[in-house]
Amino acid sequence: MRAVPQPAATRDPKVQATGAPAGAAVAARAIVPEWVPRAASRIGMTLLSVGLFCGLWELLWALGISDARLLPPPHVFLGNFPEQAKFFNTAQRWQVGVGLNTGPSPAMAVLITILASGARVFAGLLISATLSISIGVAIRYYVAIEKLTLPTITLLSPVSPIAWLPIAIFLFGIGDAPAIFMVVIALFFHMVLATISQIDGVNRNLINVARTMGASKFQIYTRVIIPAILPGLLVVLRLNLFGAWMVVLVAESTGVGYGLGQVIMLARNTFNPSLVFFTIALIGVLGFLSDWALRMLQKRILYWVPETAGVLRGL
Amino acid sequence: MVSRPTKPFSSRAAVVCRNVAKVWAAGTERAHEALRDIDLDVAPGEFTVLIGPSGCGKSTLLYLIAGLEPETDGEIWSFGDRVATPSPERSLIFQETSLFPWLTVWQNVSFGLSIRGVPAAERKTVARQALHRVGLAEAMDKRPDELSGGMRQRVAVARALAMRPKVLLMDEPFAALDVQTRTKMQDFLLDVWRDSGASILFVTHHIEEAIALADRVVVFTARPGRVKTIVPVDLPRPRDPFSPRSEALRRELTDILRDEVDRAFAEQEALTAPA
Repeated sequence: MRAVPQPAATRDPKVQATGAPAGAAVAARAIVPEWVPRAASRIGMTLLSVGLFCGLWELLWALGISDARLLPPPHVFLGNFPEQAKFFNTAQRWQVGVGLNTGPSPAMAVLITILASGARVFAGLLISATLSISIGVAIRYYVAIEKLTLPTITLLSPVSPIAWLPIAIFLFGIGDAPAIFMVVIALFFHMVLATISQIDGVNRNLINVARTMGASKFQIYTRVIIPAILPGLLVVLRLNLFGAWMVVLVAESTGVGYGLGQVIMLARNTFNPSLVFFTIALIGVLGFLSDWALRMLQKRILYWVPETAGVLRGL
Repeated sequence: MVSRPTKPFSSRAAVVCRNVAKVWAAGTERAHEALRDIDLDVAPGEFTVLIGPSGCGKSTLLYLIAGLEPETDGEIWSFGDRVATPSPERSLIFQETSLFPWLTVWQNVSFGLSIRGVPAAERKTVARQALHRVGLAEAMDKRPDELSGGMRQRVAVARALAMRPKVLLMDEPFAALDVQTRTKMQDFLLDVWRDSGASILFVTHHIEEAIALADRVVVFTARPGRVKTIVPVDLPRPRDPFSPRSEALRRELTDILRDEVDRAFAEQEALTAPA
């Protein structure tokens, strides 16, 4: 397998032609690397999209239609960062002898909170992906495993993560473990079923080619089926990444020391809409960034999957 | 295998089918009979083309000979051995692209060798030779999606050749190609066939293609597929598609085939007509 994929642009001349007119593209490539204008325009469009939404919100506020006490517009809840950040204090204030003003600086506290939630999402996603992909493959590999596990997995997969919350607390008490458990359990069943459907969707011809070449069942799985399902699995992983961010908030609201869910809970209990929106904004940015990271990963390891988005839009 | 049946046929025949039948989904409501009473002998190095109305089980027969599907009844033998499982000696080439998209061209070609644990250096040499034979030596390090449809099928042929098969089974391999590419590919295939000495069983529904390629054309009946007739093509190669003998053969095959296609259509209409 080739370790370093070529940049997409050199692979497929059609991709280059999207966006700017050909002459401008040629001129631009001479000075700056080719990906710079593309990245810039993508970031610009993201900002524009968010800007439109925020602008509408601000307009409603300016016209007096929305009440700033209930729906504070972005400039209010993003404007006073220090005021918001102090609610993120990660000092263990419930312990005896810890004062109100101890702990890291507010900005530091926000960072710690974000990292804590992010680490729980990452750990949960990693554990549930490993477990569910191995079990999904094992289910198709061994009939006995399918018979023994698949009915239970199918039965449990519609159960809402909320229902697992008390079980998480019974089993793991309070802290990181129940939050990670929640992420794992919320994603596990769906990802097993998704893995199975990916395996069933593998082109029969590819499997038959391997069979005529004398491949064993094990070789067919490792050499054909696993690489063939990787692109689909990464899409499943990306979809479940958002699920993980949703679940981790529910889990954290039960008490994990600190985390974004904890802050939302605090905001709810103290009737602080600004803090709610501030945290939502943080989560949005984090989800966006982690999705971007996964997409980059996808491009890197799935070098053979063609990019179709531009083609579809050209229809 | 417990008791090995005696070899009733010449162990030199590349493929022997005796009373072969195939029923898909046997024993269920959706059971349908694809093949019935197929008797067919293919000599080593012979180019046999299977032709017939669509759905007549030509492709099914290739799958059975490849060992990918068990026959419901009858026996298939190849070079004195009963066909029970797939074997690198009988390579199947599909209509659609069946290259592994995550492997480079040379890795695709040497896939069968890597299954056997042949070291990479040797695999690369074999792949280079096989690709050279199909005229794609310079495409070694490309990936399948960088190739045209015709090139991909040539890589698929190279992949089959790398296994040194005695029988090449080809299931409408050029059906997805445009007419010009198809003609080119036919010439190319004849070259490869002469070089390799393998027997070829080639499924198509193009009468012109059958006449251009075959030593013998086996015409199938409509479903369930049976061998209706076998037409030898005794034209010298290279063949002139416009020679009087070619024209006569084309007419003969067209007439035989038309009867079967009419029957197949009548059957379908009878099935879908309101009671």
